[in-house]
Amino acid sequence: MAENNRAVQKLKEKFAASIIDVVEFRGEVTVTVAKAAIIDILLFLKHSLQFNQLTDLTAVDYLDKKEDRFMMVYQLLSIANKDRLRIKTAVTEADCSIPTATQVWKTANWLEREVFDLFGITFDKHPDQRRILMSDDWVGHPLRKDYPLQGPDREPYKGRLS
Amino acid sequence: MATTETMTLNMGPQHPSTHGVLRLVLELDGEVIVKVTPHIGFLHRGVEKLAEHRTYHQILPLTDRLDYLAPMSNNLGYILAVEKLMAVEVPERAETIRIIMAELTRLESHLVWLACHALDIGAMTVFIYAFRERETVMEIYELISGARMTSNFFRVGGLSQDVPDEFVKKAGDFIDAMPGYLDQYEGLLTTNPIWLKRTVGNGVISAEDAIEIGITGPALRGSGVDWDLRRDDSYSGYDKYQFKVPVGENCDTFDRYKVRLVEMREACKIVRQGLDRLKPGPVLADCPQVCYPPKENVYNSIEGLIHHFKIASEGFYAPEGEVYQGVEAPKGELGFYIVSDGGNKPERLRIRPPSFVNLQAIEQMSVGSMIADLVAVIGTLDIVLGEIDR
Repeated sequence: MAENNRAVQKLKEKFAASIIDVVEFRGEVTVTVAKAAIIDILLFLKHSLQFNQLTDLTAVDYLDKKEDRFMMVYQLLSIANKDRLRIKTAVTEADCSIPTATQVWKTANWLEREVFDLFGITFDKHPDQRRILMSDDWVGHPLRKDYPLQGPDREPYKGRLS
Repeated sequence: MATTETMTLNMGPQHPSTHGVLRLVLELDGEVIVKVTPHIGFLHRGVEKLAEHRTYHQILPLTDRLDYLAPMSNNLGYILAVEKLMAVEVPERAETIRIIMAELTRLESHLVWLACHALDIGAMTVFIYAFRERETVMEIYELISGARMTSNFFRVGGLSQDVPDEFVKKAGDFIDAMPGYLDQYEGLLTTNPIWLKRTVGNGVISAEDAIEIGITGPALRGSGVDWDLRRDDSYSGYDKYQFKVPVGENCDTFDRYKVRLVEMREACKIVRQGLDRLKPGPVLADCPQVCYPPKENVYNSIEGLIHHFKIASEGFYAPEGEVYQGVEAPKGELGFYIVSDGGNKPERLRIRPPSFVNLQAIEQMSVGSMIADLVAVIGTLDIVLGEIDR
């Protein structure tokens, strides 16, 4: 079970107040944490628990589905322990920013630029916060749920007519 | 006192050695690179956004078009993620054919890499040879799926159809001949003084730096990290196959070249093992809520036709939850992260492309070297803009 996971136990010992939720689904452990502690937790995971690679960093938009609109997702990999862990933290629309993970892994640089580009979440102290996939003069953030599928100035897509 | 200024030079997006539509802005001191700023996104098609509006079966053709040099590896990664989400068991024959095709795809992708990498550095002959062999893999693709590149062959729960009888012979003949071809390439390159001058000591990145910046796949193994998802985080039954994982020592372009060549030889062995254990049997799981019905039912019974229509139009509803599946694609770890809200379309489909993350290292690997060495670095990273830009 997720509670017996070594990394989860250590996290619970050290950051008891910041752990919001621990879920295991299909053998994958997901830990949801408070935004304020995210960098401390990532640093601890990297340096004390050998999660040395940040496999992926992305966001999910839960518009009208959850109270806090965005969820940041960090997929961690420990090459030494052959272990994976997913860390999530909620970001609200009102305070749409989060400290950058580039101070923990260099990988985060482009991945955070992509999240900034496509979701409009800003990263505090990011060394190079520019759009990456869309052009510099693009307006809007395409992966937001309220961004129309067929582009700006088009009616929102309501599903196939058939 | 004479002063020197750096010069800014634009390279790409139409430059032949940038392997697609990669644009690099170089800051140069003479011919020495001071800074590299990559600009990507010219091929952005919004695959992740599109996926949110399609059923799980309908997303599959989009994945062919990510890394278009390795379509079946992309199919495999996506299909495995959906199967994990739906907890579907795949029949043994389908699993074996998937592995055979994934390894043939690895051969194909590495052949294109070798061809273009060698061409960039000036070895024209290798290009012609490697594309000759690649053509055979394309023919096998066409034989089983009807398409040379956009295969769309795997299905959730198995395969779209069984392979024709001549598949085993064609694939077998190819991998029996392949080691000889690899000897040919190696004869042209491995001890070639020009090749050595251009690759040894080029694009060095240490193991720690490579992990830190997120490099995966052959580029990571070239830096001496013994890590292969097929062995260390096994999926799709790879744990039943015997193969070696090559590892480099000097972290340079030459070691990455050697690693990929050994990988091609190992891929041949995996295909051979797969062909040997291929037994007759179903190629699609018996899971009517999720899978398409077999084609003969669709053509010959009204129930089968309705079933097919239902799956094709409405799809299936996935349980609420999230899964991540990483596979060892030819270029590195290709990951699919699916968030499901219980609907028949994913709430979010995130594709973790290996080339995107690997390309980030280009600056670290090329600053201080010449422009011509940068071309070798682009080749050795083995990037495909289709999956970088998505």
